[in-house]
Amino acid sequence: MASHQFDNVDRSGSVSGPPSGGDYVLDRSFRGIAWFSAALILALVIYIVLEIGGKALPAISEYGFGFLTSTAWNVQTKEFGILPQIWGTLYSSLLALLLGGVFGIAIAIFLTQDFLPSRLAAVFRTIIELLAAIPSVVFGLWGIYVLIPLLRPVANWLHANLGGVPFFGTSLSGPGLAPAALVLAIMILPTVASISVDALRQIPYKVKEAAYGMGTTRWEAILKVMLPTASSGILAALVLGFGRALGETMALAMLIGNSNQISLSLFAPANTLAALLASSFPEAGPVEIRALMYAALALLAITLIVNAAGLAVMKFATRKFEAER
Amino acid sequence: MNASEQAIESMIMPDLAGQAPMPRPKLHRAPLEARALKSGFLTALTWIGAILASVPLFSVIYMLLIEGGSRLNWETLTALPPSAFDLGGGFGNAIVGTVVMVGIATLISVPLGILAAVYLAILDPDGRLAHTVRFLAKVLTGFPSILAGVFVYAVMVVAMKTYSALAGGVALAVLMLPTVVLAAEQAMAMVPKKMKDAAFGMGCTRTQVILKVVLPTGASGILTGVMLAIAGAAGNSAPLLFTALFSDYYLRSLTEPTASLAILIFNFSGMPYENQIQLAWAASLVLVLIVLVFNILARIIGRQKY
Repeated sequence: MASHQFDNVDRSGSVSGPPSGGDYVLDRSFRGIAWFSAALILALVIYIVLEIGGKALPAISEYGFGFLTSTAWNVQTKEFGILPQIWGTLYSSLLALLLGGVFGIAIAIFLTQDFLPSRLAAVFRTIIELLAAIPSVVFGLWGIYVLIPLLRPVANWLHANLGGVPFFGTSLSGPGLAPAALVLAIMILPTVASISVDALRQIPYKVKEAAYGMGTTRWEAILKVMLPTASSGILAALVLGFGRALGETMALAMLIGNSNQISLSLFAPANTLAALLASSFPEAGPVEIRALMYAALALLAITLIVNAAGLAVMKFATRKFEAER
Repeated sequence: MNASEQAIESMIMPDLAGQAPMPRPKLHRAPLEARALKSGFLTALTWIGAILASVPLFSVIYMLLIEGGSRLNWETLTALPPSAFDLGGGFGNAIVGTVVMVGIATLISVPLGILAAVYLAILDPDGRLAHTVRFLAKVLTGFPSILAGVFVYAVMVVAMKTYSALAGGVALAVLMLPTVVLAAEQAMAMVPKKMKDAAFGMGCTRTQVILKVVLPTGASGILTGVMLAIAGAAGNSAPLLFTALFSDYYLRSLTEPTASLAILIFNFSGMPYENQIQLAWAASLVLVLIVLVFNILARIIGRQKY
């Protein structure tokens, strides 16, 4: 037996050796604890879904799917519906995605396609990352006291001169969709930019060299080679940015006006699911709490689907490059 | 076309008799032709976009320094929040509350997150549980923070029949957990296989390899993730709205409503009183400073290694 050979080795002064019985016990229990911790995360997610779903159940059986298409939110008459909030959530997030997406992708191009010396690019990247570090409430405060006063004359001029266009159908009296969507765009910009940067960085350098070798200008290379090659990664960035926007709470609760109405106008006050939860939950009675739990479940479902879709696209994007290497 | 270009031409485009001529790449460019102008135009547009995108950050910082900085003094840092028409006052209790709740969240999420990451990175990286948990952790990073509040409200606040610092801490822990797990996993996965193999060769058990080789080697990466998670939690307010609520007094026990900077800013921002609005700006400055300190710590720790 091979192992017998080692029985005679003098081990004094040596650090190596087979594990002792105590080591085995320690090893087993440590691995058990690690497994338990990983399983706990799985359990936590299931628990979150079950808990919110379970608490929403009474409201679901009471209001059914009509809850999702009703526009009432009246505690006195116990009529509840979240269509305006769903509309506001999707509308504000889409506007934010449009703006944050364009700027985010532009910044990703700016950072990766040799517009800046690498040291300056690192500084600029830090600036964009710091944008992500500013707390939501601080953006809300900034929105109230800087952005809204700044936007109001522009919005009211647009309303006065182009009032026929549905987007400018109302004037901006204070909080409204436009400031909320702008702040939301600023908040998702770092997400979109950083994931797009990663997608563009994944493209092998020789791809760009080949494009330049064909005599393309810098932008022909970017528009016809780099962006299409990174498209699935950029799509993932947009979807995850959208998911971020859907769940954003505090800045929106401060800026959107918390008004349960459906309007195309950019300057009208609106509401979102998250803002509804933030503004109604603390003072809600038991009946309203049940309706709010239903709204929370709707928000959970929307964000889970969007985030899972984004991750799936991202996985597809990275796999594509792993195969090519 | 001059002689040298013709020579290149004949090298890259061999005469293919009988076939249609291939489109020739255009290898020279005039500075004023349409495609060069288009390229220049788009470059200018990108520069403008990048500069525009950094305006909000500088505007926020400017406002924090001007509006918040002028009000920042010992009184604002230690006094209790003023009532409606009072002058003066501060947010000492909110600073304490934020620190305590982020502390609770850290104590829960960091050990749990690192242990889970050990499982994901070392013990069974390709197992079904690992794949599921990794995916769920990524999904959780995009989890709306307000829903963490709803969840903890349903689980803890209802059961304890009171808003509390404990509930606020747990809600923040739910949000910190995925960041810690994913950062720690990445840091541990980057530890070279050679080092682990060497330790196994010395007769180490897996636990010994993890505790004595993987964790110390990955420590800076793990710590970076922890710092970023703390920075995120400190600035997060939505989950505290109906878990910790707010309090006008200093924290006395972990099982009663607790003030936090973020909620104070939220409450004061909508008030029609100049004094409260000034305090909201000052509190924002303090909050941003706390978040930035942890962010910068994360960068410094992260840089040391790589």
